[in-house]
Amino acid sequence: MIYSVFMPGRVSIFVTCILDQLFPKAGVAMVAVLERLGYDVEFRKEQTCCGQPAFNSGFHDEARAVARHFLDVFDGAEHIVVPSGSCTSMISHHFADIFAGDTKMLQRVHAIEPRVHEFSTFLLNVAQTDDVGARFPQRVTYHDSCHALRELGMKDVPRRLLRKVKDLELIEMDTAEECCGFGGTFSVKFAQISSGMANTKVDSILKTGASHVVSVDSSCLMQLRGTLSRSGHKVETIHLAEVLAAR
Amino acid sequence: MSSAREEIINRVRAAISRKVGDKPAAPPEPLLRIRGYKLDEKIAAFRAALEALSGTVTETHSRAETQSAVKRLLDGRTAVASAHPLLAEQWVTEIEVVQSGLTGADLRNACASAGVGITSAYCLLAETGTIVFRASAEESRLISLLPPVHIAVVSSRRMLGGLDEMLSMIARPVDDSSAMVFITGPSRTGDIEQILVRGVHGPGHVHVVIVHEEDIR
Amino acid sequence: MRENTRQETLDDPKLQLALYTATGRLMDHRKKAIGGGKVPEYQDLRTRAAAVKRHTLDYLDVYLTQFEAAVQANGGKVIWARDGAEAADFILSLAKEKGESLIVKSKSMTSEEIHLNDRLIKHELETVETDLGEYIIQLAGLRPYHIVAPALQMTRYDVSTLFEEKLGIAKDDVIENQTMTARRVLREKFLAAGIGITGANFLVADSGAVVIVENEGNARLSSSAPKIQIAIAGIEKMIPRVRDLGVFLALLGRSATGQALTSYTSILSGPRRKDERDGPEEFYVVLLDAGRTKLLADKEKRESLQCIRCGACLNYCPVYRKVGGHSYPWVYSGPIGKIITPQFQGKEKDPWLPFMSSLCGVCAEVCPVKIDIPKILLALRRESQKSSDDAGAMKWFARLMTRPWLYRLAASFGLGWLGRKDGVWVREVKWPASSGPLKDWLAVRDFPAPPEQSFRDWWEKRRK
Repeated sequence: MIYSVFMPGRVSIFVTCILDQLFPKAGVAMVAVLERLGYDVEFRKEQTCCGQPAFNSGFHDEARAVARHFLDVFDGAEHIVVPSGSCTSMISHHFADIFAGDTKMLQRVHAIEPRVHEFSTFLLNVAQTDDVGARFPQRVTYHDSCHALRELGMKDVPRRLLRKVKDLELIEMDTAEECCGFGGTFSVKFAQISSGMANTKVDSILKTGASHVVSVDSSCLMQLRGTLSRSGHKVETIHLAEVLAAR
Repeated sequence: MSSAREEIINRVRAAISRKVGDKPAAPPEPLLRIRGYKLDEKIAAFRAALEALSGTVTETHSRAETQSAVKRLLDGRTAVASAHPLLAEQWVTEIEVVQSGLTGADLRNACASAGVGITSAYCLLAETGTIVFRASAEESRLISLLPPVHIAVVSSRRMLGGLDEMLSMIARPVDDSSAMVFITGPSRTGDIEQILVRGVHGPGHVHVVIVHEEDIR
Repeated sequence: MRENTRQETLDDPKLQLALYTATGRLMDHRKKAIGGGKVPEYQDLRTRAAAVKRHTLDYLDVYLTQFEAAVQANGGKVIWARDGAEAADFILSLAKEKGESLIVKSKSMTSEEIHLNDRLIKHELETVETDLGEYIIQLAGLRPYHIVAPALQMTRYDVSTLFEEKLGIAKDDVIENQTMTARRVLREKFLAAGIGITGANFLVADSGAVVIVENEGNARLSSSAPKIQIAIAGIEKMIPRVRDLGVFLALLGRSATGQALTSYTSILSGPRRKDERDGPEEFYVVLLDAGRTKLLADKEKRESLQCIRCGACLNYCPVYRKVGGHSYPWVYSGPIGKIITPQFQGKEKDPWLPFMSSLCGVCAEVCPVKIDIPKILLALRRESQKSSDDAGAMKWFARLMTRPWLYRLAASFGLGWLGRKDGVWVREVKWPASSGPLKDWLAVRDFPAPPEQSFRDWWEKRRK
């Protein structure tokens, strides 16, 4: 087992609003993995959301207000670890968009960008480990969430971690890179299209014979599990952090 | 000068905030990917590319060989040939069923009824299996287009590596010619169910005869 | 035939299969042509293509006038059209002057955009589409379903019925036979027509050349057989030099159909020269504005004009693959249609359009000229916020998310009301949640019952 070669320090976690309220187990699992690696984990209680729903709907004033709150809350944090590709990308890529032209705010944004890490990328790049000593005796398939894949470019990162999990069998689905159809408000504004996309994905998940679909974004997993559940399928969805916390 | 012209150009200038007489920046350098090949490598690549598109390639080393290769490809069908000198040199125009030297309406009618069109080519592009046609006094547009079969008889000296090599050699292919066409395999369509069908409007069969002129003296 | 609505498309399993299969084939072709290191310089080519397009747009007036002078030097003529009506008027008056009544047309999205056929046919000019897909949809009276494959939604059985009805031939489900029928019918038209209208994939400024990329040969025929050739193109189709084709042709065929080069690429520059054996006697290029200069002025979205119409973004788009081409309001469908339709047709007309996207970003990933389509969608959403129904909700969202106590309170009460239970997925919720967005969510999928405790509750208990 290769543990971190660095002295683990303090990390601040950003437990996204959807994890906080609907999927706390993923947050708990992330804490477990980080602590297992020796990190001193802090949770700043004033945290809420990254502002992405407003940004994606075109409401920059509202997104800016929420982003400013985020920047205030995480002021001075050395590492901010986020169990979501989508929220990470909002902070590290799109905060700069919403504050375009505001030099003072941009300075704060650019200062925080390198300190924000998607959880699995943090394990590989900062904690420098791909083996956290997990055991998960299941056949799983991995869903590439769009923002993790295309904005953060993390095709390989979660798979490297999964390959080191004991007794885990990773089977790729043929549409791993295709969108699950969640898309924030898209999922309710265009529910029929969103559902069609989810069903395409579900078909390819079922073909793998996997018992679990793993992802780094709980929103995708909510969309997929909701669809699987509606059609009576037993396949579970699980956040990567939960797989890595299992032993 | 029409007012539409003035207005559109003025709208463009306003849109990009440019004044008349402002010197434009130079465009980015063209990106041309040119690889060095030996002749046999080029011919092998050409053959592989064209055969993958269901075309055929025959190599010949003498006039008699060229003539019999074309005869075999004609398989008894009537043909119309262009005025390219290589076709006469290689005895192609002497084949009984081959009409040549036509112009105007005669040429057009012959192309519309012939079973095969025979041309040479401005050059060949190895990487893609492409026949480069250039409209001229010697080559007509319709011969490689109207008949259901196209045979191109081309000297091996005309074999280039690829499109980018050709573009690097001639900056303006349109000088002295109204049309240059890259012909890469047969006419095809996938418009019904994305199922490939050949020969929809142009030739469904493309054959290239490469004449090793270096062997003929 | 009539168009299917979005819901009909989603509900029709046969159409879903046809759509999924056809776009899937096009995706596979592209993957085979680009993937696995087939084109090691692929990313450099994209970068260069985007840079050349950007540069050309930045100096478009220079290139337009250079192009015009070069066309004239080649013996051709440039016609400037502010809108579709001016383009059609020119063609009508030319046909009248020359006494021509039959026009053959090769595929041109630009002409679809200005409804050229309708305008010409209204004046009793027989205008025949000759690309197989375009011919089929012209017979069916439909608009193109896809930028590259206009009849993508139609099966061989649809075509069989259509040909029986419109051409009076016996039913025949064999695609090869259907194709040969079109060849036979259209060949007569090619040989009889006095005017050929083509589009243009590129306009080359340094040569006054029109470049047409195709597979069937109908564009070659349209530009070679009739006495008069008219090419119609938007002003954004310009590139500076013939040498730039190295980059663009390497990308276009591969992105569209997975071909290194399509069957035919024609570089056409003027009427036949003095000693040439055949070719048109007259050559016109119609340069169309029709909204392009307006978009050019919009710096944030100008890059929409870089599009080379390869259709890759449609093939890869998971939304397009579900709803098909006729669920978009204009002739341009898919992601590119979503960003240019509001800009050309007005943003007020279909305000929902930029929202019909999950912002997955695959369109930008496959775009050969690097148009950042999601970024432009977001910009369009931003511009539509005044008319948006979400304004109220977003105000509340910001209030909630900037006041942690309020956020906790709302979550605790709101989710508490739904009923907390670990690991359960529900199909219905209590009023008033049942009338909000959750109603639309639950229409198609289940929702997780809120867990017994939130993460922050857990964290606080753990600290104690």
